[in-house]
Amino acid sequence: MDSLFTAADLSAIWLTVKLATVVTMILLLLGTPIAWWLARTRSAWKGPVGALVALPIVLPPTVLGFYLLVTLGPNGPIGQLTQALGLGVLPFTFAGLVVGSVIYSLPFVVQPLQNAFEAIGERPLEVAATLRASPLDAFFSVVLPLAKPGFLTATILGFAHTVGEFGVVLMIGGNIPEKTRVVSVQIYDHVEALEYTQAHWLSAGMVLFAFLVLLALYSLNPGRRRA
Amino acid sequence: MIRRFGTLFIASILASSASPARAGEVHVAVAANFTAPMQRIAADFEQATGHHALLTFGATGKFYAQIKNGAPFDVLLAADDKTPAKLERENATVPGSRFTYAIGKLVLWSAKPDGVDAQGEVLKRGAFKHLAIAAPKLAPYGAAAVETLEKLGLSSAIEPKFVQGENIAQTYQFVATGNAELGFIALSQVYADSKIKSGSAWIVPDDLHRPIRQDAVLLAKAKDNPAAVALIGYLKSTAAKTVIKSFGYSQ
Repeated sequence: MDSLFTAADLSAIWLTVKLATVVTMILLLLGTPIAWWLARTRSAWKGPVGALVALPIVLPPTVLGFYLLVTLGPNGPIGQLTQALGLGVLPFTFAGLVVGSVIYSLPFVVQPLQNAFEAIGERPLEVAATLRASPLDAFFSVVLPLAKPGFLTATILGFAHTVGEFGVVLMIGGNIPEKTRVVSVQIYDHVEALEYTQAHWLSAGMVLFAFLVLLALYSLNPGRRRA
Repeated sequence: MIRRFGTLFIASILASSASPARAGEVHVAVAANFTAPMQRIAADFEQATGHHALLTFGATGKFYAQIKNGAPFDVLLAADDKTPAKLERENATVPGSRFTYAIGKLVLWSAKPDGVDAQGEVLKRGAFKHLAIAAPKLAPYGAAAVETLEKLGLSSAIEPKFVQGENIAQTYQFVATGNAELGFIALSQVYADSKIKSGSAWIVPDDLHRPIRQDAVLLAKAKDNPAAVALIGYLKSTAAKTVIKSFGYSQ
């Protein structure tokens, strides 16, 4: 029997894992302050910023992919900026996929974190303040432990959603082996080329992966705490 | 109030689906490279016959999978000759209906006026970062591009610069947005009224790759659909052939 996965399949799997890992780390760093601000602010900007963050949930990936291709391209505003900075242009590169995926998966990280921060409320922070903890100290020693389930959910969803990405990658990736050809694109290629056996193995792998991820999510976070 | 609107809405949907069928309807799966000519041909066809043509554009491999799984297409205008032949062998077509409706021309194109010279020397100089091609495994134009580069002895030099579109439409998009400086696409995408519409191009000579035969076929489910049969006939008419030629295909 042939091996289940070709070398190209394995390289796509590795690339996908690498992409999802990098994106999840960036999202946790970027999403935490955004979620914190959204959870605490009384600013009039809360609505617009929250809506902006949530846009990728509603928009078809083709819209994101198309605008990323145009704005990141050599004639687009961001493309001109990255060229001026000596970074070149982002489409067709791994870095470009990272940028696209960060935008695409942002709400899946920010929203669980925001919910977790909101559930904590003012009280623990006030107590920490009376114990003379600085705001930063209070954040690390009070908020982070209390928001742990939120971080877990955010990490799992951010990772899984990036693995499941297709439309954006297809439009700005250029299908380059070892650089931008992720599993979802590889499956698409197999199906288009009528290589149904290989498509089946990769697709079944994705189904199993998605199920295990969601199983982990629901087992680790059984029921919602009532605040 | 809302409920009344709801009732009205549902009633109007029911009414529209219950109304008698129009003169005739043909659902056509069209290869992405044939998008522009087919839009013109379909409009002419509707005017000439009164039948209505629904066009779906996409990659031929995807159409194959959809047709094998019960997609409601009556006619397939493929980007190659292999897929219609395969469908024919698998008894998914009306026997004897297959014919070559166009022979595609490959072009090296850049969105910039000075991006490509008329002899394609730019390929030898190699002063570009990305060359867009359609995935050669999937798209005949991609395969023809690879053959051309092999014949010119440039494939190993240029291959690392490949970016691949899933089909020829996406490949065009990569070049049109400037993300790839140049790319091999279908002449029909940048050709209208017998000239290049914008940018710069090298029309690849026919002897550098095997001919890109694009075959059409009447699918089995449409054998009693007069609109589908009429469309196949119309594609062979002089009027349709003139349009096809004006978009840079040969026959």
